[in-house]
Amino acid sequence: MNLVLDAIAWILDPTNWEGVGGIPQRLWEHLWISAVILLIAAAIALPVGVLVGHTGRGREAAVTVSGALRALPTLGVLSLFALWLGIGLRAPIPALVILAIPPLLAGAYAGIESIDRRIVDAARAMGMNERQIVGKVEVPLGLPIIVGGIRSATLQIIATATLAAYVADFGLGRFIFSGLKTRDYAEMLGGSILVIVLALVVDGAFALTQRLVVPAGVRATRFTELRSRPARPRAAVG
Amino acid sequence: MNWIWSNLDRVGELMLVHLALSVPAIILSFVVSVPIGWLAHRYRWASGVLLSLCALLYAIPSLALLIALPVFTGQRATSPVNLVVALTLYGIAVIVRTAADAFDAVERDVLQSATAVGYSTAGRFWGVHLPLAGPVLLSGLRVVIVSTVSLATVGAVTGVQSLGSLFTDGLQRGIQAEIIAGILATIVLAVVLDGLTVAVGRMVMPWSRPGMEAARSSSASPVEQADAA
Repeated sequence: MNLVLDAIAWILDPTNWEGVGGIPQRLWEHLWISAVILLIAAAIALPVGVLVGHTGRGREAAVTVSGALRALPTLGVLSLFALWLGIGLRAPIPALVILAIPPLLAGAYAGIESIDRRIVDAARAMGMNERQIVGKVEVPLGLPIIVGGIRSATLQIIATATLAAYVADFGLGRFIFSGLKTRDYAEMLGGSILVIVLALVVDGAFALTQRLVVPAGVRATRFTELRSRPARPRAAVG
Repeated sequence: MNWIWSNLDRVGELMLVHLALSVPAIILSFVVSVPIGWLAHRYRWASGVLLSLCALLYAIPSLALLIALPVFTGQRATSPVNLVVALTLYGIAVIVRTAADAFDAVERDVLQSATAVGYSTAGRFWGVHLPLAGPVLLSGLRVVIVSTVSLATVGAVTGVQSLGSLFTDGLQRGIQAEIIAGILATIVLAVVLDGLTVAVGRMVMPWSRPGMEAARSSSASPVEQADAA
């Protein structure tokens, strides 16, 4: 536990909180770069995912692409881009965007697909056009799953941004790599603790959002479903 | 591309090292997760706690976990054992949820029928519940295979040899082909392991053929089935 105390002492050390390369600066870098990457990746993946989910076209392709991208080793992609674009911020950004796309894409089409087709048919029968169906029915109903995709993408970005400090001078990962280089375990562990806390706080915020975005009507039916299921086993049907 | 041909033996060697790191982690995480998943399926209170723990674990960035683990294990952050432990933990975080879902998905009627025809509690688990949960367990295992093989490369930055060493080395020496070879070798390894697992799964679970998929999804929503008819 001494190791942990050393790391906490490192985190609390006021000299680590000031100037260039201090904790506030690194934290800020980590946050804004993650946010920018999330925005870029979401702008690409979410519309495509929603379109795939709505039309059902290109579903196989979307599944294959998001599956294949998941198998890509993040460190390899980062290294390759670093070699092409040089050490610095230019390399990690495209690499991180590519790695954030699969969960966003999967969340978007799975969210739309999860909706009962009869609800969509009903919306169409009531005279809604395709744009209204997507905007007023499918997206709101699929939102919990779509936000789930954004949640995993964000965690992926925060994790990979930590690793990206290997090829660029930014983010909380810097503490880990500089600690590794100088064999300063307190710094490495301190950096790691900061990254873990950041990830858990962001994850918690998303968990909360995921609950809040469930439309009120859906929440009511879900509740009754949950309650009626164990009370009436399906034995009567068969 | 010349680099790849003249260094094939190096790539092959690292593939073996990579296997030695990821296969134990995959097997360990599967063996540990199935009972935990069953607990989460069986006890409502355990389900909330266990699944939240898994979600938390999964949220921890890999590099940070690699550095922080030695506090608990006493291993050095740069040791292969540390990497295997970290990979196992991530595997557990993924499979426990799937395992709980897999056990949940088995029809209650089927289990009650098994009891009615005289299965003991243990006999019912091994003879009915586990085999029927098998196909979903297998799907969880497949996710973990791909993610573990890919994640194992991260160890290279802390100095654990693996296919990831081709990335760090290739970047340092500016050899693009080396990095590409590493990426390809990692993907090939994941695809081969996945294919093997699917083949073994078909062999030991002949009931997990494609027809089963349709049967299961229709039992999940009898209403839709009626609509289609």
